[in-house]
Amino acid sequence: MVNATINGRAVCVPEGTTIKEAAESVGIRIPTLCYFKDLNEIGACRVCCVEVEGETRMLPSCNNPLREGMVIHTNSPRARETRRVNVELILSQHDCHCATCVRSGNCALQKLSNDLGILVNPYEEDLPHGIHAKWTTTFPLFRDAKKCIKCMRCVQVCEKMQSLGIWELTGSGGRSTIDVSYNRRIRDADCALCGQCVTHCPVGALRERDDVDRALEALADPEKITVVQIAPAVRTAWGEAFGLPREQATVARLTAGLRQMGFDYIFDTAFSADLTIMEEAAEFLERLKAGALAQNPMFTSCCPGWVRFLKSQYPEMTPLLSTAKSPQQMFGAAAKSWFASRLGVDPKKIYCISIMPCLAKKAECDLPTMRNEAYGKDVDLVLTTREVDRLLRSDNIDVCALPEEPCDDPMGVGTGAGVIFGATGGVMEAALRTAYFLVTGENPPADAFRDVRGERGWREADFEIAGQLLHVAVASGLGNARRLVEAVRAGEVRYDFVEIMACPGGCSGGGGQPIRDGEELAYTRGAVLYGLDEIADLRYSHENPSVQALYREYLGAPLSEPAETLLHTEHSGWFMPGHPDYEKR
Amino acid sequence: MYIETKSHAQTVVEGLYRDVERRIAASPPGLCPVDMALSFLRLCHAQTCGKCSPCRIGLGQLTRLVESVLEGEATLDTIDLIEKTARVIADSADCAIGFEAAEMVLRGVRGFREDYVEHIVNNRCITGLTQPVPCVSLCPASVDIPGYIALIHEKRYADAVRLIRKDNPFPGTCAYVCEHPCEARCRRSMVDAAVNICGLKRYAIDQAGVVPAPPCAPETGRRVAVIGGGPGGLSAAYFLSLMGHKVVVYDKLEKLGGMLRYGIPDYRLPQHILDADIDCILSTGVEVHTGVAIGQDIPFERLEDEFDAIYLSIGAQNDKKIGIPGEDSTGVLSAVELLRAVGSGNPPDFTGKRVVVIGGGNVSMDATRTARRLGAASVTCMYRRRVEDMTALAEEIEDAAAEGCEIVPLQAPVAIEADETGKVCAIVTRPQQIGPVGKDGRPRPINAGTPDLHTPCDVVIVAIGQGIDSKTFEEAGIPTVRGAISALPDSLVQGKPKVFAGGDAVTGPATVIRAVAAGKVAAANIDAFLGYHHEISVDVEVPPARLSTAPACGRVQPGSRPAAERVCDFELATCGMTEGEAMQESSRCLRCDHFGYGNFKGGRQERW
Repeated sequence: MVNATINGRAVCVPEGTTIKEAAESVGIRIPTLCYFKDLNEIGACRVCCVEVEGETRMLPSCNNPLREGMVIHTNSPRARETRRVNVELILSQHDCHCATCVRSGNCALQKLSNDLGILVNPYEEDLPHGIHAKWTTTFPLFRDAKKCIKCMRCVQVCEKMQSLGIWELTGSGGRSTIDVSYNRRIRDADCALCGQCVTHCPVGALRERDDVDRALEALADPEKITVVQIAPAVRTAWGEAFGLPREQATVARLTAGLRQMGFDYIFDTAFSADLTIMEEAAEFLERLKAGALAQNPMFTSCCPGWVRFLKSQYPEMTPLLSTAKSPQQMFGAAAKSWFASRLGVDPKKIYCISIMPCLAKKAECDLPTMRNEAYGKDVDLVLTTREVDRLLRSDNIDVCALPEEPCDDPMGVGTGAGVIFGATGGVMEAALRTAYFLVTGENPPADAFRDVRGERGWREADFEIAGQLLHVAVASGLGNARRLVEAVRAGEVRYDFVEIMACPGGCSGGGGQPIRDGEELAYTRGAVLYGLDEIADLRYSHENPSVQALYREYLGAPLSEPAETLLHTEHSGWFMPGHPDYEKR
Repeated sequence: MYIETKSHAQTVVEGLYRDVERRIAASPPGLCPVDMALSFLRLCHAQTCGKCSPCRIGLGQLTRLVESVLEGEATLDTIDLIEKTARVIADSADCAIGFEAAEMVLRGVRGFREDYVEHIVNNRCITGLTQPVPCVSLCPASVDIPGYIALIHEKRYADAVRLIRKDNPFPGTCAYVCEHPCEARCRRSMVDAAVNICGLKRYAIDQAGVVPAPPCAPETGRRVAVIGGGPGGLSAAYFLSLMGHKVVVYDKLEKLGGMLRYGIPDYRLPQHILDADIDCILSTGVEVHTGVAIGQDIPFERLEDEFDAIYLSIGAQNDKKIGIPGEDSTGVLSAVELLRAVGSGNPPDFTGKRVVVIGGGNVSMDATRTARRLGAASVTCMYRRRVEDMTALAEEIEDAAAEGCEIVPLQAPVAIEADETGKVCAIVTRPQQIGPVGKDGRPRPINAGTPDLHTPCDVVIVAIGQGIDSKTFEEAGIPTVRGAISALPDSLVQGKPKVFAGGDAVTGPATVIRAVAAGKVAAANIDAFLGYHHEISVDVEVPPARLSTAPACGRVQPGSRPAAERVCDFELATCGMTEGEAMQESSRCLRCDHFGYGNFKGGRQERW
């Protein structure tokens, strides 16, 4: 243990504890901007500097361990001046038009500045301008150079956690800034669009392309039938922005809000998650039977960030992906075919909007392979959870006062298996439940495959189904995905089936989810989904009555010809940047 | 893993860094300190890695603030903001790139705050470019350096000597022993390296032969006494004589020349070179009384009665004591004593003796190398700091080492041991380690904590500086401060209307050229004091500047005679330039008297 004094108070903490953590242990808060535990402990912003008696210079408290006998002041005149001047300096290079910022009210810099009571900045505004302030308006990931405070978190999260290194500190000297690595433009980079840089940004420098206006335009168009799907993970987090407790921020309350805004049909992506399971489980068993999994596993395909990752990093492994479309795209395909025919309307009138915890979904719905001559795009528009919150706020919907309302029929029905798609391991668990049924003709216990759950980034489990031993693995976070893929390629591991989600913890920690600075909420939110599964009446995808109706009325059976046409895709039908055929797109 | 190889760009940039280093070294005096601070700040900001905000943003904001001062857009509060910002950056930047840059700004805003204020209040700079020719402005005597280099290039060596004499009557002496401050900021450094000005002067002297002094102005009938026949006194005497005044020089030693004769060994300054300079000076009609000590042989008051003005240039010839036990043992002598004995033709015999020299200045090197030439079995120079901290010229240290003298740095003397007969037998020194940088900007030695070093020896020569023997004059009412005579910048001694003083006696031990400059200033002011305004000029036409300057070219640096040969005698140790070298070297001069600011203002001072 180490003993020291902070602001006159004695502290005693284990060796290696940082000054900041030691201060917090006795209730002394030290503000930070760049710091992100275990990810970014580089002392860049110098806002957390403290005065240590006997040291000539101020010390950042985030990355200096407390040492025996230190006498520390966090609020001495010198500490105050250092903190304030450094925040003022950072503000001088930050576009402080908070009223028009997506992060207003949820911005670490805004809060810090307000807390310090900075009303006038003595330093002149010094923002990038001209070409240095520009960014593509069409790419799903948007960066505002004028707001970037160069905390380096995006660089670190992309490199360390996601192993992609899209962001880099570029230039040098006073012109140092963050930009796409290797002097690339973002649209030419192998960005997976996981959005983790967005959720780790302390300010409004990174966000999704804002499509809220397009949703409002669709609402205003009397010719359009708006069909909304709500992804499983959205129900774990959408209420955070309204201060709504998780148990009240249900999909039913969100449905009520969207219905009040005038959307025509509100459905649940859990429905098409179940549909995905029907197709993917059947496909898995088929590949298994054909001996196609002897060397390489089948990879799940429901996470578009992961698909982008695999196609750009290991393009030759693309055939290992399940051909099943993601639940989002299956939903769109079903809505514009089966549902349109049930309504008896021209499918082209249907405007399909999905609410997703994800940025990659925005790119996925625009893929050339995710459309059909009969009705155009499967999904027309993707809004992130954050965008749907903004949409509700823009119409002054008082979500707290809303009653819960069920989703519409028939695509509003999802099983517990479909719901857990939003958490790491959920797709695997749901698929195994149905695969077991398909092989044995009877349901396994619903929790038979819960061994795939957990918070480790790469998990393995073995199960026996009808005498056949299955090796499965689950990974979340692209760094973990890379390790797993490399191990598969090296022959160090062999799996039959692998689920991968690009974001750590899965979609509940998705790049489109509400942001809580400095906190990783994926597993807290994921627990909501497992709780919903536990109390669900239906916990097997194949028992979803609407899915059954869809097959009965429209598709026949999984992997049937209409199912293949509508619900499966050619992953080789498009290219990631860097692929020789990318430019031909 | 792979071996890092420098990219082409990096190689080029590193070349540019060296260019910038040389360029900064060649900065002309008189530039606006605030503007320079701004430029340094920009350079520092360009070095930022970009990680921490105080450095990345703070240095940029400081730049803007300093810029606002220069643009006349700042208020006095801006200075406080600059100081506060720099303070926070110095306090909280993550590495030296940031905190040292801010320290520089802090040093500036505290060190030349009045210039900041002047910019803000009057939108003007305090400083100004008054002397645009770097070599001339850095030469204490303002010798027309580009002029004589041009003459050398035309092989007009006598004219070169005459031009030098306009400002410095010791061209020969300076050609051999000047510390050449003129070369420090030579603009040629921006191209490749400073011109070897001193070497060129020596070439001119060696080629010119005897060059007679110019004629004197008509006699004024006024009488000036000069006390001290060193370079300062004789310079004053020369110019006053040219002005038509009657000058009488008193020196307490047998021969004129002061430290030039009795302090600088012959292998550096041959006696005939010094004699030639003195002969020329005396040819102007200067009256000389050597072996006469004012205050002892003649009372100072008598001079005050008999002369219209007096110039005190007694130099700094006293020994300084170390103040350690055993310093009075037989065999301990000061460098001044040793060099004076050699200069007077009574050299001690060090044959077979082990000699230790204490000190790290030029005098200690002179003592070291002289001891070697006097037959010492070994010569060890001990210094309490590192070799790079020695104030001696680097080439002197190298030459001493080449001559087999050992330099032992980081040893502070603590005692001298003597045998039962009272003769030196050893010196005890305490090992030092180099420590923190002191207020003078030099790192201080501190005790290393290791055991004392015991060095057996037969002779100890103390060369730790000289003092001024001013007691006699103090008694005569001349004001002094810690032994140094107090004189105003115009050489006047306050409270003594007709007495002027200058040189080492006023400044403490310095260089030949500073003494010459002091003599020159004194001559001008004594002339004015006597009611005249004589002008000193020379009718030498300086060749016009050549239109194009030589492309980048190495600096000629002639070497020395082989060490083994030169330690056997007191003949000149260093070699001069060949004609080819002198022509090449003289062609390197950029003629700042003509190009740049020089042909606008201050380029050539033809008379003073």
